Amino acid sequence: MRPFARWALLALVVGGLWVIGSQSIPAAPAAPPASPVTPAPQTAASDSCIDCHRNLGGRLAAPALRIADDIHVKRGFSCSACHGGDPKAPGIEAMDPKKGFVGKPKPAQLPGLCGSCHSNPEVMRKFNPKIPTDEVARFLTSVHGQKLARGDTRVATCISCHGVHPILAVSDSKSPVFPTNVPATCARCHADAQYMKPYGIATTQYADYRASIHADALLKRGSKQAPACNDCHGNHGAVPPGVSSVANVCAQCHSSQRDLFVRSPHKAAYQAMGLPQCTVCHSNHRIVQPSDAMVGATAPAVCIQCHTETSKGGTAAKTIRTALEDLKSSMASASEVVARAENAGMDMTDAKLPLSDAQTQLILARNLVHSLSLREVQTAATEGVGLSQRAADLGRAGLAEIDFRRRGLVFALAVLLVLALGLYLKVRSLSA
Amino acid sequence: MSLGTWLEDRLKWRAADDFLRHKSVPINRHWYVYYFGGITLFLFIIQVVTGLLLLMYYRPTAEAAHESVRFIMAKVPFGWLVRSIHSWAANLMVFWVFAHMFGSFFVRAYRRPRELTWMSGALLLFLTVGFGFTGYLLPWNTLAYFATKVGTEIVGAVPGVGHFLLVLLRGGEDVTQATLSRFFGIHVAILPALMGIILALHLFLVQLHGMSRADERGPGRAYAFVPQFVLREAIVWVITIGVLAALAVLLPWPVGEKADPLAPAPAGIKPEWYFVFMFQTLKLIPSHVLGIEGERLGILGFTLAALVLLAVPMLDRGDQKTRARRIALMIGVFAVLYMAGMTIFGYLVP
Repeated sequence: MRPFARWALLALVVGGLWVIGSQSIPAAPAAPPASPVTPAPQTAASDSCIDCHRNLGGRLAAPALRIADDIHVKRGFSCSACHGGDPKAPGIEAMDPKKGFVGKPKPAQLPGLCGSCHSNPEVMRKFNPKIPTDEVARFLTSVHGQKLARGDTRVATCISCHGVHPILAVSDSKSPVFPTNVPATCARCHADAQYMKPYGIATTQYADYRASIHADALLKRGSKQAPACNDCHGNHGAVPPGVSSVANVCAQCHSSQRDLFVRSPHKAAYQAMGLPQCTVCHSNHRIVQPSDAMVGATAPAVCIQCHTETSKGGTAAKTIRTALEDLKSSMASASEVVARAENAGMDMTDAKLPLSDAQTQLILARNLVHSLSLREVQTAATEGVGLSQRAADLGRAGLAEIDFRRRGLVFALAVLLVLALGLYLKVRSLSA
Repeated sequence: MSLGTWLEDRLKWRAADDFLRHKSVPINRHWYVYYFGGITLFLFIIQVVTGLLLLMYYRPTAEAAHESVRFIMAKVPFGWLVRSIHSWAANLMVFWVFAHMFGSFFVRAYRRPRELTWMSGALLLFLTVGFGFTGYLLPWNTLAYFATKVGTEIVGAVPGVGHFLLVLLRGGEDVTQATLSRFFGIHVAILPALMGIILALHLFLVQLHGMSRADERGPGRAYAFVPQFVLREAIVWVITIGVLAALAVLLPWPVGEKADPLAPAPAGIKPEWYFVFMFQTLKLIPSHVLGIEGERLGILGFTLAALVLLAVPMLDRGDQKTRARRIALMIGVFAVLYMAGMTIFGYLVP
């Protein structure tokens, strides 16, 4: 075969595969190049796939340009591990189906292809013994997996989230599934109204999430402990949490609140009404910083969603809110007295300790709201008020001490003035 | 036999009494300068008394120093007063010792036969600054810790012996418990002992040579040291007590946050005000000048300035209108303006 014909055939085959593939799922966007010139991986120095594709230009070259960053290539795998063929063969012979070349895998084939290694503990143990090997099994239980099994090739598969050419390690901050990148990765499909239209599901989740306290922690403050989509929905086995499992999902982090909720009257009521626990008051994706205003019998309290102002629930909500407000008011008053004494130069360390304890009681009382136990909330709040009063007493004692010192100063200065005057008169008399 | 006679037989105190009754203080347009030394001495006495009281409760360990100072301020009856007076009097003493030095300089009190009086006074100034530097660390708070760290680093930049001095001062490579122990020992034992000896010499020389007059030629107007000057000085001391009491009550000296050696240094940290002119100078010197490290050059400059200060009587020995007198006067004016300007500049820039 003449060289021109050989290149033309190669371009036709690869290009055709690209065209077929482009009608299925949107793949995760490739990470930005690590450097303007991507060096060929050492392990694939003589890899004819990379050597040829790099010189093809355009989208045929794209898979080869940054392949050195791929976690698999870094671990010694070549293109043939996924695409078959013989990378040692020069030229188009490398893509000979007789040598196992399969070309670009179809979406439905991807879980099986990735799973051929990632579901095999024997294989994975050699590379990363800590990595789970049930991803594919869980994927098959997910909404994505189930739809894929039913022939829907638009749903997410492995590369939709993990990217491809290169597939980066999850711990790589450029990976689409690095914690801070997960919301944007999911949003590529789930915030696309056109793409999600056939499924009839909302596309506001991402915008809602970005307004949440969780997004604030994860995306603005960079706290990787804060939840992204996968922390509540699961990652490989992604499904919306069911009504009965919401509290368990939230309790992954907020276990104390869940324990209090479980023993509250709301637990049975919500169950009977088919309401999804935590999200009734806190919403789901747009979970904002909770405030005391959420409790009460008037707007903007969330209690009024179910309770009227004069109902038993409304009265209880008002009582709880009053206990919290009393404690806050007591703390504010004590803080003001302590600050005044401190600004006047008094050491208020002893007063700050009960104030700090009162703050702890406020946090405790706020948490106990989830139990809806009036007695427990009031007990915690009353203890906090007592601590605040103790701090305020110490602050007032400090102010009294300042008053005493200033009066003492006036007296001392008066005595000194008399003394100085006496001395001056004596000097005058001597001079005369 | 009266008590006076009994004491006279044994102490011969009437000789001292006669001496004081014959001692006089000149009356001239620089009359106020004669009070500066007395104010400084009075503040030193206050430092000794309040320092001894603080010793009853202060604990010189990294674990307990800060807590003990807090305890003095909050729990010990009038502890706040004693500590605040000690801190304010320390600052006022530094101010007045400089004022006394410059006052004596401008009336040329260093001339023959008072050369040793001047030199002992210069040594007392260095000791006073040493008191301030070592005492500042004792509350073991954040500012003191990092100021000491920076201060000892500057000492470490002295050419040749810098590292040796740094380790000697710190008791190791870093500011630790060993540093606190050393500074405490220096502050309450070594410096007071040196101060006692040199102060005694200084006061003896002042009595020996009498008060200096701007114009030594011929007899001038004067009044008796006892009682006229002593009574006037007493008025100044009474005013000083009043100022100290007002400062202690209205602006009690803060305890600060306990030092955390692992925490980063607070932004914009500065040394005590009397070191700011040196600190600012070192900041402004370029990193290298003529191939010499800027900081080393600065230290060298200040060391030379200290030596010049000691040697002032040797440099200006001539008569009233000599060239040396004019140069000395210009240097003195420049020194005052430089120190004041750099101090203000140091506080104005971040």
